[in-house]
Amino acid sequence: MSPQSPILKGITNMSMDKNTVKRVAHLSRIAVSDAQIEEIMPRLNKIMGFIEQLSEVDTENVEPLANVANIKLKMREDVVNDGGYPAEILKNAPEETQGFFGVPNVVE
Amino acid sequence: MSKLTDLTIAGALEGLKNKDFSAVELTEAHIKAMDDAKALNAFITDTPEIARAQAAASDAKRTNGEVGLLEGIPIAVKDLFCTKGVQTTSASHILEGFVPEYESSVTANMFAQGAVMLGKANMDQFAMGSANTTSYFGNVISPIKRDDGADLTPGGSSGGSTAAVAANISMGALGSDTGGSIRQPASFCGIVGMKPTYGRCSRWGMVAFASSLDQAGTLARTVEDNAIMLQAIAGYDAKDSTSANHAVPDWSNSFKGDIKGMKIGIPKEYIVDGMPEEIKKLWEQGAAWLKDAGAKIVDISLPHTKYALPTYYIIAPAEASSNLARYDGVRYGHRAAEFEDLTEMYEKTRAEGFGDEVKRRIMIGTYVLSAGYYDAYYIKAQRVRRKIYDDFTQAFTQCDAILTPTAPSAAFAIGENEDDPIKMYLNDVFTVPASLAGIPGISVPAGLDSQGLPLGLQVLGKPWDEETVFKVGHAIENASGLKRGA
Repeated sequence: MSPQSPILKGITNMSMDKNTVKRVAHLSRIAVSDAQIEEIMPRLNKIMGFIEQLSEVDTENVEPLANVANIKLKMREDVVNDGGYPAEILKNAPEETQGFFGVPNVVE
Repeated sequence: MSKLTDLTIAGALEGLKNKDFSAVELTEAHIKAMDDAKALNAFITDTPEIARAQAAASDAKRTNGEVGLLEGIPIAVKDLFCTKGVQTTSASHILEGFVPEYESSVTANMFAQGAVMLGKANMDQFAMGSANTTSYFGNVISPIKRDDGADLTPGGSSGGSTAAVAANISMGALGSDTGGSIRQPASFCGIVGMKPTYGRCSRWGMVAFASSLDQAGTLARTVEDNAIMLQAIAGYDAKDSTSANHAVPDWSNSFKGDIKGMKIGIPKEYIVDGMPEEIKKLWEQGAAWLKDAGAKIVDISLPHTKYALPTYYIIAPAEASSNLARYDGVRYGHRAAEFEDLTEMYEKTRAEGFGDEVKRRIMIGTYVLSAGYYDAYYIKAQRVRRKIYDDFTQAFTQCDAILTPTAPSAAFAIGENEDDPIKMYLNDVFTVPASLAGIPGISVPAGLDSQGLPLGLQVLGKPWDEETVFKVGHAIENASGLKRGA
């Protein structure tokens, strides 16, 4: 597909600046170095520019669509229906202590 | 008799029934094919021992007169279906070594119908990609060759599943399709791939990417084989709240019904600028075949088509950023070796455990969901999604099925389209709208491009009307002369 394609229209060089990328990386809990930010930024901005074109669609009075299945989510009885096998649950844990998941100290 | 690995699923079921060969023999032939085709890198984990045990059990079952829909048939399983006791990675480092203690619902259904698992198929990492170049376990090489000898992509994200079926390593494969991840690789590798209606197959035990879009589906060399497989894996599951309580139709028989009098819609918005002439021609050819089979061709309009990709690239990353929050190095999977505190543990674990494309999508998703942007991006995208959905509802008042190309090009060489994420995303331009609308779609081989590479046509149907999709797909298969195996 050519870069002149109407699908590609609306790609502008809009802006997630360095600080925004840093903030988003932190919100995402992904460590990034300054050098990586320089590398990621143009790609993220290309994607943001691409999705920007939705602004031209008139969505006045249009209900957001979250679930296409048209299924009413079912309620079930509020009872315990599973569990009682901590050993299996912990089998894939990177760290285990006394039947619990182990994490670094969070309270000094 | 032809080689066991050349048979279709339907042909093999017939052979097993007639005692021409056993499930063990059929499985051994496929294990050998898997060993001989290691260079394709189609599998992350081979499970020949499991396959042998299941094949032996299947032969015993058959002796007792118990015959499932996939009794004794060797299948590849995309490595995002949790398989009890077998590593399940979603092609990521963060899940390397993760061995589920439970079985996904669709693999459980498949095993209950007698299927034999050959291994866990390679894929794009967390199903994010269109070329199978984002796997932590390396690229998958397509068994299809181009004249210049370049290694081609099998497409993605179900690239390993598709390559395995196209190379006659497995008779069928389980895949998943979020924006085209079954249909696009099927088109690239010259096989048939089916994404059913959202809610038709349980998502329980399937590693989540974008929950409102993810749907399990099938890959095989014929329409009939896909119909058999889908019938085996579909069905209501109380463990998935979006699983629909609809009876599973007998597609394995109804797929061959004729299409006389059916109306087939041709959406004018799919004629995009820069579409290669041969794809346009193939599309016209497909319409002519369906007309010859007794269908009526009607022009339809899906006005919001061009907004489908940008809508998808808000919704899918947003859902991914939520779904992938669970990979924190605490309960399962990779954990960074060195860190000062809990936050640094999370950040380093995720930086090491996710590939670049996954990180990009998580970050885009986090951004569009963050305070101040949620309405402008995420809710806006959900509103446009409604318009895309309404387009299809409107179109289906005028037609029974829709015919389009599956992808805007044939398979490209590995490494191409990697410089610009948008170029890669455009692969899914014809498959994403149906994913957003949740409707069923199939890709069927329909022709070859000037370089001899396969091209597929896509048939889309109304929600829950997989039967019509199979029938129309079958009519294309009959007319194309490209059906593989017997």
